[in-house]
Amino acid sequence: MRYLPHSAHERSEMLGVIGAADIEALFSAVPKSAFKSFELALPSHQPEFRVEAYMRTLAGKNHAAGDGPFFVGAGAYRHHVPATVDHLIQRSEWLTAYTPYQPEISQGTLQMLFEFQTQVARITGMEVANASLYDGSTATAEAVLMARRLTKRNRIVLSGGLHPHYRDVVRAYLKDDPDLVCLASSPEGQGDLLSQIDSGTAAIVVQTPDFYGHLRDLKSAAEAAHAQGALLIVVITEIVSLGLLEAPGALGADIVVAEGQSIGNALNFGGPYLGLMATRREFIRQMPGRLCGETVDADGVRGFVLTLSTREQHIRREKATSNICTNSGLCALAFSIHMALLGESGFVRLARLNHANAVKLARMLGTVPGIELLNKTFFNEMTIRLPVPAAPVVEMLAQAGVLAGVPVSRLEPGNAEVENLLVLAATELTTHADIEMLAECLHAAIGEDGQ
Amino acid sequence: MSMNTQGRPTGTGSAGAAATGSALLPNEPLLFEIGDTDHSGVDLPDVDLDVSFLGGFERQTPLDLAGLTEPEAMRHYVRLSRLNHSIDSGMYPLGSCTMKHNPRLNEKIARLPGFSDIHPLQPISTVQGALELMNQLSHWLLTLTNTAAVALSPKAGAHGELLGMMAIKAAQEAAGQAHRTVVLVPESAHGTNPATAAFLGYTVKPVPAKADGTVDVEAVKAALSSEVAAIMLTNPNTCGLFEPQVIEIAQAVHDAGAFFYCDGANFNAIMGVVRPGDLGIDAMHINLHKTFSTPHGGGGPGAGPVVLSEALAPFAPVPFVRRAGSGLELVEHVEGSALGRVTAFHGQMGMYVRAFTYMLSHGGDGLAQAAEDAVLNANYVKARLDHIFSVPFPDYPTMHEALFDDSFLRDTGVSTLDFAKALIDEGFHPMTMYFPLVVHGAMLIEPTESESKQTLDRFCDVMAELAQDATNGNKERFTAAPMRAPRRRLDETRAARQPVLTWEKPNRLPKAAE
Repeated sequence: MRYLPHSAHERSEMLGVIGAADIEALFSAVPKSAFKSFELALPSHQPEFRVEAYMRTLAGKNHAAGDGPFFVGAGAYRHHVPATVDHLIQRSEWLTAYTPYQPEISQGTLQMLFEFQTQVARITGMEVANASLYDGSTATAEAVLMARRLTKRNRIVLSGGLHPHYRDVVRAYLKDDPDLVCLASSPEGQGDLLSQIDSGTAAIVVQTPDFYGHLRDLKSAAEAAHAQGALLIVVITEIVSLGLLEAPGALGADIVVAEGQSIGNALNFGGPYLGLMATRREFIRQMPGRLCGETVDADGVRGFVLTLSTREQHIRREKATSNICTNSGLCALAFSIHMALLGESGFVRLARLNHANAVKLARMLGTVPGIELLNKTFFNEMTIRLPVPAAPVVEMLAQAGVLAGVPVSRLEPGNAEVENLLVLAATELTTHADIEMLAECLHAAIGEDGQ
Repeated sequence: MSMNTQGRPTGTGSAGAAATGSALLPNEPLLFEIGDTDHSGVDLPDVDLDVSFLGGFERQTPLDLAGLTEPEAMRHYVRLSRLNHSIDSGMYPLGSCTMKHNPRLNEKIARLPGFSDIHPLQPISTVQGALELMNQLSHWLLTLTNTAAVALSPKAGAHGELLGMMAIKAAQEAAGQAHRTVVLVPESAHGTNPATAAFLGYTVKPVPAKADGTVDVEAVKAALSSEVAAIMLTNPNTCGLFEPQVIEIAQAVHDAGAFFYCDGANFNAIMGVVRPGDLGIDAMHINLHKTFSTPHGGGGPGAGPVVLSEALAPFAPVPFVRRAGSGLELVEHVEGSALGRVTAFHGQMGMYVRAFTYMLSHGGDGLAQAAEDAVLNANYVKARLDHIFSVPFPDYPTMHEALFDDSFLRDTGVSTLDFAKALIDEGFHPMTMYFPLVVHGAMLIEPTESESKQTLDRFCDVMAELAQDATNGNKERFTAAPMRAPRRRLDETRAARQPVLTWEKPNRLPKAAE
């Protein structure tokens, strides 16, 4: 077994030192009825080339995004990741390091996290950011709980433009909570969010660009929330948008949570991803997750440590701000390297390119008879209404090698209002030929469906 | 700050002048000190901006993001990386963390476009291979644990714990048992256990351990009542012992109408050898990043699938995979589901791929052998050191980790922390210290199955030599340690008192928090 260093001889030598007759003796505390009391019906170990061949077969049964025109978004986006990023994150010292609890021998990870926090704070326009959370959806739930701790109020209002999965995660975290108000889906960008804010409201949660692609007015939302002493939580599922759109911090956001996958991280069928959280400096002691801070060592040399851990479970146990223990270290590293490679000029160009391709997509879709674009505003994603249910159309296009987007019904089943809606995204990887092919296929599919 | 130009001392343990860093480990400036907003390491076309769909929301606030060209970035991150200890460079005897070898085949497979370049919401017909992988991974986890259902989606161990306890809560509410508001947690538990229970609104009631380090069945029975929702128990426990009466505990818990949540952090000791389902557990998370070799990545991403008993299976969250005709389907909605979903999409697919690749490489036989070797290694360390370091719970053989207390340091002026930091100077990562809380100055050592006898011997020799030196009064070697790491001891108090969490230009002095 290639991963196990001991020879049979060494094993018996070690048992001799221990003074045990056999390995079973070391398991003597295990009840007899439970120790090796079964046939393990699993295949035996295999050479590397066999495992690889088998896994390639499984991978080959999937249609990779790069195999053809691709317009799927809705919270996960296909962007180009520079080769340097993936090379660097596979270095042993990054990949196989533990959580940096021993700062003297973890300065690489810690300095990177400090740089990462700074990048996230600047992109979001907030004062501080943490060292990452699991993903955007769980970060949203954590933000909601944080807002309750900060305001000592309970009412939470989720905008109808919030990603349905994010809404569902908040629901699961706040199970059956009468103070959680989830507004109905708002595909047209409508909603009466602001009228829902009252003096018992802890926070309103607004996503922008929202699930349907609309850009939301954060400034009015912040003003309305603050007028009642409530907080504004801003959710961003496409972080590239902030290369082009105003920073939520500049518009009055109190907590910004985001999915950071778009920068440095592959689609990976939904995970691992990267939860970002940024907030005001005065709120840090209620912020969940790890924080990295600057300090000096015994020689006065600058160094970094995980800090404010009195918020965390391993110190506070049942009084912790969250039970969270891990962050998304390696995904944060990939994000940070990619962002360093982009720099300000690259990030802005990337965002503009995304938007430009989305504008081309919108204009082209506008030429397909029967298709209605619901957005007056968007960044790189938009919603169209088809004359027929969207899911079968998407399936038909997939058979033709075109991944056309996400039928809203997949996330909101049983809601007749959204049955014909399709959410599509364009990124820097979208080509003119892709867009033309999509338009042709949609045209054909809608026609065939008896328009 | 000044660059430290002193070289490494040549002798071991010389408690002389500070000598951090070396010619090969320069102090690396921050990204913001070497890059600027004009530099970029990507070539992207500059396109004209059409503002007709932007609604006047264009960015006005400067990003102020430093950029690096590709060669500069390469050097920055390679240099930074060299300031890290890692499994590939040395042992991590970290109890409760299972820092084992991370096979590179797993990384290669996870990067196949058929796994890495697929979108969670593309049509199900185009991701049948992914669903098959999830299905097979589930099969392996169920077989190894002898349980009824598995929820793959939790993002990490603590997230899995949360989900498992949510399922317990949902099951009890469904059975009209919502008045059960107490969760029993042994004093030796991981911090996440009480944090999770409290997160869900439960009152945490500690259960004392017996003098032998195991949970007292009688104390559990005494603590059980119609108010108790569950017990959260780690097995093997955090003292490295298999709970010998775990079956009786499970029985008592079930008889009282409560559930048995098992913290699976220590599954590496028993995989393929003992099936937790046979012990009567109702829910257990499995850390794929511990037991199944997915890399820790400097603190995540992890993955924490949860196996569930027959009684809890109906309360599993979405999504899950099931057979449908000749193919597989992904169930993303269940009408009236008590739990719904705990994360967007389908969990940590990238970790599923790595863990499953590891399982296939090892096979059922290899996993059992790995568990046995992990236990062998811990007992070997214990046997080699127990004449120097005292073992607080000598009644049972240890499982995959060896626990010592700090009584050998009495009157030396050296703390457990000092002792652990001295290990750094010898090339080892410190062991887990001061945990479990039930042992004074605890040192918890988990070698894992990945370490060779040669490495274990060297580790034990170093431990013995350090202990000797501490008792001989060479205090400074410990209190000044580490001396040969990229940094000396860092001032954590200062970091917490005046938090500086982001970089500011030197002329804009950072403000202290609060």
